[in-house]
Amino acid sequence: MQKNLLLGVEAIAQGAIDGGISGVYAYPGTPSTEITEYIQVNPEAISRNIHRRWSVNEKTAYEAALGMSYTGKRALVCMKHVGLNVAADPFMNSCVTGVHGGLLLAVADDPSMHSSQNEQDSRFFGKFGMVPILEPSNQQEAYDMVYEGLELSEALQLPVVLRITTRLAHSRSGVERRPMKDENPLQLPSNPKQFLLLPAFARRYYQNLLSKQTEMVHRSEHSPWNFLTGGKDNSLGIICCGLTYNYLMENYPGGSCPYPVLKVSQYPLPETLVKALGRRCEELLVLEEGYPFVEEQLSDFFGKGPRVMGRLSGALPRAGELNPDHVARALGREVHQGLTVPPLVANRPPALCQGCGHQDVYAALNEAIASLGHGRVFSDIGCYTLGALQPYNSIDTCVDMGASVTMAKGAFDAGLRPAFAVIGDSTFTHSGITGLLDCVVEKSEVTIIILDNEAVAMTGGQDSQALGRIEAICAGVGVDPAHIRVVVPLKKNHDEMVSVIREEMEWKGVSVIIARRPCIQKIAREKREKQVTQ
Amino acid sequence: MKTDIILAGVGGQGILSIAATIGAAAVKKGWYLKQSETHGMSQRGGAVSSHLRISDDPVASDLIPLGCADVILSVEPMESLRYLPWLSPQGWVVSNSTLFDNIPDYPDFNLIKAEIDKLPQAVLLDADTIARELKHPKGSNMVMLGAATPFLQLTSGEIAEAIAFIFKKKGEAVIEANIRAFNAGLDFSMKAFRH
Repeated sequence: MQKNLLLGVEAIAQGAIDGGISGVYAYPGTPSTEITEYIQVNPEAISRNIHRRWSVNEKTAYEAALGMSYTGKRALVCMKHVGLNVAADPFMNSCVTGVHGGLLLAVADDPSMHSSQNEQDSRFFGKFGMVPILEPSNQQEAYDMVYEGLELSEALQLPVVLRITTRLAHSRSGVERRPMKDENPLQLPSNPKQFLLLPAFARRYYQNLLSKQTEMVHRSEHSPWNFLTGGKDNSLGIICCGLTYNYLMENYPGGSCPYPVLKVSQYPLPETLVKALGRRCEELLVLEEGYPFVEEQLSDFFGKGPRVMGRLSGALPRAGELNPDHVARALGREVHQGLTVPPLVANRPPALCQGCGHQDVYAALNEAIASLGHGRVFSDIGCYTLGALQPYNSIDTCVDMGASVTMAKGAFDAGLRPAFAVIGDSTFTHSGITGLLDCVVEKSEVTIIILDNEAVAMTGGQDSQALGRIEAICAGVGVDPAHIRVVVPLKKNHDEMVSVIREEMEWKGVSVIIARRPCIQKIAREKREKQVTQ
Repeated sequence: MKTDIILAGVGGQGILSIAATIGAAAVKKGWYLKQSETHGMSQRGGAVSSHLRISDDPVASDLIPLGCADVILSVEPMESLRYLPWLSPQGWVVSNSTLFDNIPDYPDFNLIKAEIDKLPQAVLLDADTIARELKHPKGSNMVMLGAATPFLQLTSGEIAEAIAFIFKKKGEAVIEANIRAFNAGLDFSMKAFRH
């Protein structure tokens, strides 16, 4: 009997609660969001008063988690893969300082880019930082790896990376819980200068990090999550990373795989196990979700070892999420595709909700700048990115959190005028404020439209740190209050919005137009929740 | 015993309540389960699907291989056709006939119906009208669940029990209305069988 049916992300959250964390720090991002959301409403987390509020971005989240670790307490920090780019600075340096209380970074990659701008593989960050990486193959392992990963972090005095991908994040299965551990007491590091990366100290700590590498490999070799299984046919050896183990087992029900199989769920690679497999087998097939991280490490530059196949060799697709059928084809097994999709089936891409205020902003913006032609609206990450699609065709760029403001500035510097930025309220506080300061300092003639729906809408309507603060932030950064305009994006206000946009694009300085109307999904959700509690 | 189910619909149509109910019935029975969901961007009115696998043996993959789905349960007719490559030769398509038309190039319903009629084993029903006639317009997903029940290897009693469990917090009246909707869908499929 399976008692707790948990999504992979929920298993991580429960593992962290049971593993004795004192805080979770995160910024919402698919597919990682529900880790924090689970902790926010979990009765045990609430009764312990585990820190569980959202951070303004992934960098502040990581640093706060590191601060909690400094005090000897355990912390979980969660983000999506591209969030780790934002948090890369504290992450890389925390690998050099090491940690005090256990620090686990749960990072969720999104191969096939279901809800992302790229499909970067966070295992490279783990290797870059030279710290252990755990990659669960199922929900139970996700739970166990967080539970034990916090201890691993304390044993090695290093941050531990838990890497998952979308499929495990959003798949549900049974998970057995373990006893809930106590939180650590508040206790400062025995070396008071452990977190002081002055060059003289940093050189020493870096040597310390290097000296831990052998122990990390040793731990991988003896990890219960890395093991050899399968049959005796040595013509092929298979290395399965994380979730791909399930796809292999799907092809060989009941453990009938004729080839030796090395399951890898803890890195650095377990060297002796990999080498033993390499000696035994004529060829190796690496199954891994994401980039060819392991395949590249094993590929033999001088061609003396066994042939290594995988995503790089062409045995598996180079890009996108894997599935059991890809694995079947790589093994030369038949795939029994069902019927074909009739041509009449039309694509159904995501779209802005009916009644969403963003639609009204785009209608006004399109009219206000119709005579200027396309190519001058720099946008950002959020629901409003859907304004790139029909029928709006309103925005021209979407690169990374906050890039709307700074790209508009750079384009203005180069002579493009007028230049517009379109950014959401939460994206603005995440990474837009610093760019706005650049604009203010140089008096850049950019018109920044902040789409304020008072929520982090795309990820499910979480509270935005910007709530009630946007005008004060803009004025505080130095925008002339006469050019901080507020409009309500409704059809009846269309003409007013068009005039405000036209007026502000004429202004020879920084303008901010705040288009404020709450997200209709959030309103509907709050109404439903109210009904349930009544 | 194993049942592989693809649940299909449009973001916001609530296919996960169907998945949760089937899942609860399977777990109560002591079966294993893996259920893969769509979160994130597609939930904004895009095509969404969920792979639900229940079995008395442990389930390996979170995703159903091509040609292996026993049931495609779709709460929207065009969406029922999107996942045909996953349908097993013995599999059933159970679809709601009520359209969700939020795209400019939505095809003519008669063409969709003709495609569904061509399938070897399919049940097409107007779950929204059935639910409205029962004065429970929000119950169309439970009508669909009832219509799919003959193909799930779970009994109608087991699923009815799961409905009571899933909707416990919403009170007796909601449970009863959902059970009525469920039974109406079940009746529809049983009659379709007899023809």
